[in-house]
Amino acid sequence: MPRTGRRTAPTAAPYVFVAPAVVLFLLVFALPIGYTVHTSLFRTEVRGLGLGRGSRSEVFAGLDNYVRALTDPELGAGALRVLGYGALLVPAMLGLALVFALLLDEERVRARGFSRIAIFLPYAIPGVIATLLWGFLYLPATSPLNQLLRELSLPGVDFLSPTGIYFALANIAVWGGVGYNMVVLHTALRSIPRELYEAARIDGCSPWQVALRVKIPLLAPALVLTGLFSVIATLQVFAEPTTLAPLTNSLSRTWSPLMKVYQDAFARGDTHSAAATSAVIAAVMFLISFGLLRVTRRFGGLR
Amino acid sequence: MKRVPTAVLLLGAAYCLFPVAWVLVAATKSSGELFSTSTFSLGGALLDNLGELVAYRDGLFWTWLANSALYAGVGALLSAALSGVTGYALAKYEFRGKAVLFNALIAGVLVPGVVLAVPQYLLLSEVGLTDGYLSVLIPSVVSPYGIYLARIYAAASVPDEVVEAARTDGAGEGRVFGSIALPMMLPGLVTVFLFQFVSIWNNFLLPFIMLGDDTKFPVTLGLYTLLNQGNTVPALYSLAVTGSLVSVVPLIALFLTLQRYWRIDLLSGAVKA
Repeated sequence: MPRTGRRTAPTAAPYVFVAPAVVLFLLVFALPIGYTVHTSLFRTEVRGLGLGRGSRSEVFAGLDNYVRALTDPELGAGALRVLGYGALLVPAMLGLALVFALLLDEERVRARGFSRIAIFLPYAIPGVIATLLWGFLYLPATSPLNQLLRELSLPGVDFLSPTGIYFALANIAVWGGVGYNMVVLHTALRSIPRELYEAARIDGCSPWQVALRVKIPLLAPALVLTGLFSVIATLQVFAEPTTLAPLTNSLSRTWSPLMKVYQDAFARGDTHSAAATSAVIAAVMFLISFGLLRVTRRFGGLR
Repeated sequence: MKRVPTAVLLLGAAYCLFPVAWVLVAATKSSGELFSTSTFSLGGALLDNLGELVAYRDGLFWTWLANSALYAGVGALLSAALSGVTGYALAKYEFRGKAVLFNALIAGVLVPGVVLAVPQYLLLSEVGLTDGYLSVLIPSVVSPYGIYLARIYAAASVPDEVVEAARTDGAGEGRVFGSIALPMMLPGLVTVFLFQFVSIWNNFLLPFIMLGDDTKFPVTLGLYTLLNQGNTVPALYSLAVTGSLVSVVPLIALFLTLQRYWRIDLLSGAVKA
């Protein structure tokens, strides 16, 4: 049978193409999410000494684990710590990324190629290694700033004090993320037609005014999106405080909510309350994501 | 007027290069010099440090580096392939369930990967796959963001007429994808590969949860254990610093060679290579 003249696409092919992704998606996403919800609704009942077969059984617990998770003062404290950290990190990172992106977009500025690569470079460096490098730069014995202060006979700065730790962690994240966001914003800037700037210039706007009144408003949707991704990444902070913890007493093992989930699940072996806590974290992230996406849609940026 | 903006950009560049410069210098110091000499004065122990790193537990560091290359290289390659074929199907076919699938993927982009790691561990431990290469590789292969990017890239770079023409010429669907669409999508898939490579190489939590046997660790987890033990064995600090330098060099090389592929347009979802 000749195959020419077949106009419509066959029906089986797309299913074959998407099948591996669907199977993996179910295994890696849907199943664990279902398992989390299921686990979070049960608790382990221990009879007697908890030894031997049948002494442990899974009992339906309803929302008990959620009540415990939500009323756990350590989780609330962890959430507040992450909020404080995010309040330092997100504006600083996006602010710097915006400034650098606007400067890269100015043709009169020099060393743009070099700066673009240099500022983007930390994106290639894993969070653990970034934390290790900055950790040594913070330690009083190896910190260059403290060495300088010592030579000037001034008192040193403790970057790893209970307050300093917020700035120390935020700085690591700013360092790692500013370049990525700069490239996103710069790419968005380059898609704006140049004639718009010409028109503004003819109307008598200085480059500063063009940036403030034309470029930044047009960048608003991109800023909301980079903000969304930054907030999600902030809420998930884990590697940096975990890596920095051995160097200081200011970081507990349950400093961030995710670290608490890890401790509950693996150090304490209480998978049920760990599941309830992760479900709460996931729900909060969904609410924030969808809220911010709505804002973005209103700006007409994301389709 | 152009001096101030240039100076601001260069300050930013200096800030970003500062820790990299520090690790270059610190790797030349012995563990004693690390804490006693001034920050940017060179030590004389680079070769000793490298020697110690090579010798550390019969070359465990190189195993970590090879593991990272395996997880990130194989994981990103499979991920780019999976994203390519799925994104192509989503962009070029109409089929039942397409909208449901696409919405599930978008939701997947928003699900924090880290929240998944604990239940993934519990499920994999039930089938006895934890503490193995597959436990880190399998979750790394499926990337909703990669599929999303590949779909937009397929829509933008593979014209419908070309697909139609190939069909009319008698090419099967697999061939249309493999010999015609795939080459057109390749620059986009390189970017998907790079995104996944960096995110797998950087992923700390997944191997941290999945792996117990330190011969299967990626380099990030290995360096973390060195730093963690540095409290009791200070000599491991200089090992961790030298290890950081050595593990960062291939990443920086990869990054600089392929940096023209990093043009990220989140807004149109497009990746302009």
